[in-house]
Amino acid sequence: MNKLWTEWVIAIAFLREGRMQTFMITIGVAVGVAVIVFVSALIQGLQANVIERTLGTQAHIRLLQPDEVNRLVPVPEGVVQFVNEDKRAQRLRSINNWQQIVAALDERTELTAVSPIVSGPALVLRGEAISSVALVGITLERYQQIVPLQDYMVSGRLSIGADEVLIGSQLAQDLGVRVGSKIRLDTGQQESRVVNIAGIFELGVRELDARYVYLDLRQAQSMLGLIGGVTVIDLRVADIFTAESIAQSIGRLTQLRSESWIMTNSQLMNALSAQSLSTNMIIVFVGISVAFGIASVLSVSVVQRTREIGILRATGASQQQILRVFLLQGALFGLFGSIFGVAASYALVWVFNTFGPGLFYIPVAQSLIVAAVSLATITGVIAAAIPARRAAQLDPVEAIRYV
Amino acid sequence: MSNEIMRLKALKKSYNIGMPNEVEVLHGINLTLSVDDFTALVGPSGSGKSTLLNIMGLLDQPTSGELYLHGQATSAMDDLERTQLRGRALGFVFQFHHLIQAFSALDNVLMPLMLHQGKPDNEARDRARALLAAVGLEKLSDRRPNQLSGGQQQRVAIARALATNPALLLADEPTGNLDSKSAEEVFALFRKIQSEHDCAVLLVTHDPRLSAQCDRTINLVDGRIVDAL
Ligand SMILES: Nc1ncnc2c1ncn2[C@@H]1O[C@H](COP(=O)(O)OP(=O)(O)O)[C@@H](O)[C@H]1O
Ligand SMILES: [Mg+2]
Repeated sequence: MNKLWTEWVIAIAFLREGRMQTFMITIGVAVGVAVIVFVSALIQGLQANVIERTLGTQAHIRLLQPDEVNRLVPVPEGVVQFVNEDKRAQRLRSINNWQQIVAALDERTELTAVSPIVSGPALVLRGEAISSVALVGITLERYQQIVPLQDYMVSGRLSIGADEVLIGSQLAQDLGVRVGSKIRLDTGQQESRVVNIAGIFELGVRELDARYVYLDLRQAQSMLGLIGGVTVIDLRVADIFTAESIAQSIGRLTQLRSESWIMTNSQLMNALSAQSLSTNMIIVFVGISVAFGIASVLSVSVVQRTREIGILRATGASQQQILRVFLLQGALFGLFGSIFGVAASYALVWVFNTFGPGLFYIPVAQSLIVAAVSLATITGVIAAAIPARRAAQLDPVEAIRYV
Repeated sequence: MSNEIMRLKALKKSYNIGMPNEVEVLHGINLTLSVDDFTALVGPSGSGKSTLLNIMGLLDQPTSGELYLHGQATSAMDDLERTQLRGRALGFVFQFHHLIQAFSALDNVLMPLMLHQGKPDNEARDRARALLAAVGLEKLSDRRPNQLSGGQQQRVAIARALATNPALLLADEPTGNLDSKSAEEVFALFRKIQSEHDCAVLLVTHDPRLSAQCDRTINLVDGRIVDAL
């Protein structure tokens, strides 16, 4: 380390002497880094926001009973079988052994919540109005870890006791009901049942707000004719981007149909990854032009300093030392440029968050800043490699004679 | 024999090797320099003095022949070994007082030490100040080269060449760019150095008055030594 001291001193002296060049390339690097950090933060913020909104109202993984299929009589080898089959109508069925499955899933550390649900169709009747809805029978404590219902309540209480239900704001409006009103639910199974509206929620997704009716698991089971059964197990995972692989492994283990949010939102995921790709392209190309900027400034500097390099060599500097002097200059361009760039991007983000459209908040992750500064510094070193090598390989005799 | 610092044996140097304009500049130089030599290297322009000095300073390599420094053959050394040997045993002064503009006079003198040992300790700083004092510039140690006169810059360069306490100081027309008064002063400084620092001096000069004051004169004509004394 003590050895590098001299290279530092020379590199800094050179940078200070070439003040104008140093200043301009530092600004150049700063602009590049500011663009990279701002665009990355913007896209990160945007995507986090979109994902958060999407996942705020749905489970990361859903486990469902696989569809019932016709079982064909096996035929001997070599026999061609023509089949004329009607696909089976899918009746509501419970997941077998769901208690054991839930108990087993509770043990898995990569899952943060497990919520068995019974869900089925029903009609809501109130006076002349009829609306088709989805009954969602839940255990409140478990389900709230999947969808934080308390955050979405707009009126009434978050309570699903006997004969109590929660309905969406859109449904309430369609039916003209308030908290405390009674509605009739008909599942086509037994005689219809009258329940009280305990609370009204608004998930922010019109489709869900018009169709979801939350009620107690037991009550839903009896209304849907699935005593003791559940039709869905909702899961939440710690790292949302691992949902697909976890879903696959759980699907294999339980023999259930296992759908991750990544699969069910594949359109969204495609859009997000296309967006990430274009962001990464911007980052790479801005990075490349920053690198070329540093390389060209240093190339000019090597030519300008040819004689001084020769003097240093004659004074006892090794090729390695000359090499390091120029690599350090590249590193310093990257370091200082990126520090200014990060500061500038902070300002941009602040302006966006304070005066922007306010659609979402851009967080600037500390890791992004560390990554930007270290990548810029490394880029500086790499960009300096070619000019530095040329400086190191100058013939000292020629270099000293150079004017 | 133990007095020997440097010995050149059948040393030849060609430029543009393998090309149509290949030219042999030094045609087999044999030469020995001893500890207390104060030598002038004289000869017409283009006779190969600078070429010879660069080779002796390990800045350049001979095409054939051998150069022994402290009895050690140098032709097989790689760049790093030669750099280290140069830094340790040799001091160089050029015709155009070549200083690094970005550094003060003191830092220029410290440069060989910094390149060799890293951050200079107090001992190194004291030594550099003493050397600047020895060349009469103790008051100007913080000045940049462009704030010094030509003669002053050349004296800084001499102090720098002495920083590593070299056994041999090589100077290529150190007074060629100075007025005659500064030239006399610089020459006197070389004399002083040779006696006070136990450092052999080989200097190239065109000035017959200066070469006459040297203990020994080597005459180089067309790449050959003529009547070396
Ligand atoms: N790099 C080079 N390529 C080709 N010829 C050179 C080169 N350097 C020096 N020479 C030639 O070598 C000869 C000696 O040059 P030099 O050592 O500089 O002489 P001096 O210092 O005695 O004036 C000259 O003829 C010069 O043209
Ligand atoms: Mg010459």
